[in-house]
Amino acid sequence: MSSSTSTKQTAPASTRAKPANKGEAAADWVDGRLGIYSLAKANLRKIFPDHWSFMLGEICLYTFVIIILTGVYLTLFFKPSMGEVVYNGSYAPLNGIRMSEAYESTLNISFEVRGGLLIRQIHHWAAIVFVAAMFVHMMRVFFTGAFRKPREINWVFGFLLLCLGFFDGFMGYSLPDDLLSGTGIRFMEGAVLAVPLVGTYIQMFLFGGPFPGTDVIPRFFTIHVLLIPGIMLGLLVAHLILVFYHKHTQWAGPGKTEQNVVGMPLMPVYMAKAGGFFFLVFGIIAAMSAIASVNPVWAYGPYRPDQVSTDAQPDWYMGFAEGLIRVMPGWEIRAWGHTLNLGVFIPLMLFPLVLALIALYPFIEGWITGDKREHHILDRPRNAPVRTGLGAAWIALYLVLLLGGGNDLVATHFHLSLNDITYFVRAGSFVIPIIVFYVTKRWCLGLQRRDRDKVLHGRETGVIKRLPHGEFIEIHAQLPQGRLHTLTSHEQPEPLELPAEVDENGVARKVGLLTKTRAKLSAGYFGEGGQIPKPTVEEHQEITSGHGHH
Amino acid sequence: MSHDNISDDKLPEAHDASEGHGHLAVADDPFADPGLPAHEPRRTDIDERAAKRAERQVSGMFILSMLATVGFIASYASINPDKLVYIFPLGHVSALNFALGMTLAVALFCIGAGAVHWARTLMSDVEMPAERHPIEADDEVRADVIQQFKTGAAESGFGRRKMIRNTLIGSMAMVPLSGVVLLRDLGPLPEKKLDSTDWSEATPSAPIRLVNMNTDEPMKAEDIVVGSLTFAKPGPSALRPNGLQDSDEDFQEAIAKDALMLIRIQPEDLKDEKSAALGFEGVLCYSKICTHVGCPISLYEQQTHHALCPCHQSTFDLSDGARVIFGPAGHPLPQLKISTDSDGYLVATQDFTVPVGPSFWERSA
Repeated sequence: MSSSTSTKQTAPASTRAKPANKGEAAADWVDGRLGIYSLAKANLRKIFPDHWSFMLGEICLYTFVIIILTGVYLTLFFKPSMGEVVYNGSYAPLNGIRMSEAYESTLNISFEVRGGLLIRQIHHWAAIVFVAAMFVHMMRVFFTGAFRKPREINWVFGFLLLCLGFFDGFMGYSLPDDLLSGTGIRFMEGAVLAVPLVGTYIQMFLFGGPFPGTDVIPRFFTIHVLLIPGIMLGLLVAHLILVFYHKHTQWAGPGKTEQNVVGMPLMPVYMAKAGGFFFLVFGIIAAMSAIASVNPVWAYGPYRPDQVSTDAQPDWYMGFAEGLIRVMPGWEIRAWGHTLNLGVFIPLMLFPLVLALIALYPFIEGWITGDKREHHILDRPRNAPVRTGLGAAWIALYLVLLLGGGNDLVATHFHLSLNDITYFVRAGSFVIPIIVFYVTKRWCLGLQRRDRDKVLHGRETGVIKRLPHGEFIEIHAQLPQGRLHTLTSHEQPEPLELPAEVDENGVARKVGLLTKTRAKLSAGYFGEGGQIPKPTVEEHQEITSGHGHH
Repeated sequence: MSHDNISDDKLPEAHDASEGHGHLAVADDPFADPGLPAHEPRRTDIDERAAKRAERQVSGMFILSMLATVGFIASYASINPDKLVYIFPLGHVSALNFALGMTLAVALFCIGAGAVHWARTLMSDVEMPAERHPIEADDEVRADVIQQFKTGAAESGFGRRKMIRNTLIGSMAMVPLSGVVLLRDLGPLPEKKLDSTDWSEATPSAPIRLVNMNTDEPMKAEDIVVGSLTFAKPGPSALRPNGLQDSDEDFQEAIAKDALMLIRIQPEDLKDEKSAALGFEGVLCYSKICTHVGCPISLYEQQTHHALCPCHQSTFDLSDGARVIFGPAGHPLPQLKISTDSDGYLVATQDFTVPVGPSFWERSA
């Protein structure tokens, strides 16, 4: 019989004395449930390096939060319905006009709800800044090589966030059902119809019947406020968890290695700076919204499929898709009772292709270099000339297509022929990125040469000295060791070499096409024209050890 | 920040070398990493008066934020939403929007500016290194996990019982189809919905009049003057006794296909005989919907008879059967054959011979 089982439990022996204060007692209570001490141990004084460019990602995060906050407010007043009403509100010019409830409620938010216009403007401005910040953040990561192992997957997450940002922006822009947004939806419908075989079916299912029907706004609303933001939130959390897990990258410099991260602790400095920066971003966007009007839908009027205004433009980030569709020649193939609308279908396919190349770039570069190591020290863009050239070429293509997407505005503002601009963009889409690539690459090589000179000959002091025999020279000063280290610490990979054509037994070795391509690409990246050899210790000593030193 | 003019006893203790600061240069390698540079104290680290001033600045910004929030609430309660004010250089703007936006901006910005100023001037700015650890597991862990996985896989019999494995893969592949099928009722099947318009109701015995879009009146050929562009819609028919009206439930869908534009061209300027024969005394009637992606065409150049779509700049020569002369459209605008009825009004007696609007896979003409 075991009657001696006691119902009284004794607490596990703790060596800790009584908590010093109520705060500690509360923390103890929470720790017993959630285990916060172990969590905080690793993270409370987590080190973040400091550089202005690292705030670009923060702007993305904060504008996303602002968009969600203001978006919730807007859903309280917006009616996502295409039911028709006759307007009779405080905006006199539209009185007596038939419109959808979506458009009417947007007018009400703008004119009747106090502060509604401000929140609408903050929502739209924050969305514009969000996409712009994602672009620039992505460029920062690209040009500094921060996407390399172990961060390739996070690059893909970021890429997906950018794409979803595009689409959610497009849908949000469509919701007010004004004349401009309806034109955007019509463009999308035409693009969907151009898909071979299934285009008409997708169109009917998307619109619930022939264009425009009455379903598209409520459907876009659900996708805009629920589906895409939900996915984005998940991706964003994963993105941030990985940033935390990988720890931040840092620039090369004294004391900074691949094995450490140098900076300030999360608490208190980074908390204050990052937390404060949220309010700075929010404040600036609120000021922009008070000062500059974006998307004044009341000026456009309600959507009708037989009406349009001139200079119909999407938000700028859809500009390259608009450019693709404007400059594409109208190729159409009619055969066997079917129409293949290449004039719309090719741009429709190029749009994701242009984006997919960016998504895959870390894997392409990793394959070419064959580098399996982790990288935490950032590349200066000049030290990776081919990568920097490719990035610049991509931006050039984007800008050329954006020019094509705004060809009507360019024509009217600069008094140019619209047709000439379109012909220019057609040719420029192919030629300009190539020119930009070569110019950027040479520019990088020039900067590498300058770094080399600076390391070997020191910096210019501006002090002119006259030698006894009359010659004037400028005195150069040696760089401090920290600078020398910073300027010479980057790696210069050797290009891949193909194995000898015959092996040691004289038997011909088979080299696949893939291997040959890889070697060619590698030679392009790291061969003679790809980088300037960085100065060596011997060269430095040779110059600094007496003769020849000036 | 320079501290040359501050005596040593006022300077804080140099940081411990174990933090990684202030290592000396490695003599034989000028490029070697000299380690973290020594910490340079800021003015607020040394001068208590400067620190006090910074503290007041931070608090000042937080107070300004509080005042701005009060201003926001006061603006909300007191300013009429209809009130406009002139503000240089913005022009006439909504007073409420401007007041709310600026007070909110100041309230938010000052919190941020205060926090950042606090962090920059008063919190420690000593840089510290933290170790990184490789993401990859070491060989021992890797071997252990792979062994555990193999044990688990062997216990499941997944590799051994191939029939179960294959049918599982099959069922997993099939089950999402239910989700796809459930989407079927999102919309009707296309059938011939894109091929015809309301004008298909028109027959030689029951013609449909062309009604001016702006005046809602039927039109005669002489109403259309050379050089003008007139927009029209269907008049009364058996289906719509009052003609197509804004208040019709399906107005948007109908006008998306039915919208017309009428022009008049001098007979000697007509370049295409077939197109001229579809018109009436030089009056030609085209679909207003662009064949590129369906935007309405609204710009007409009377000298050249070119019509331009403002969305993507497809340009059509209306004197030449609306042939595409520039831009991304792939085929000409559909033309509607017109004539007059016994009262002399312009009518259509048949539908467009080709589908209106953007092209699609099933389009045969």
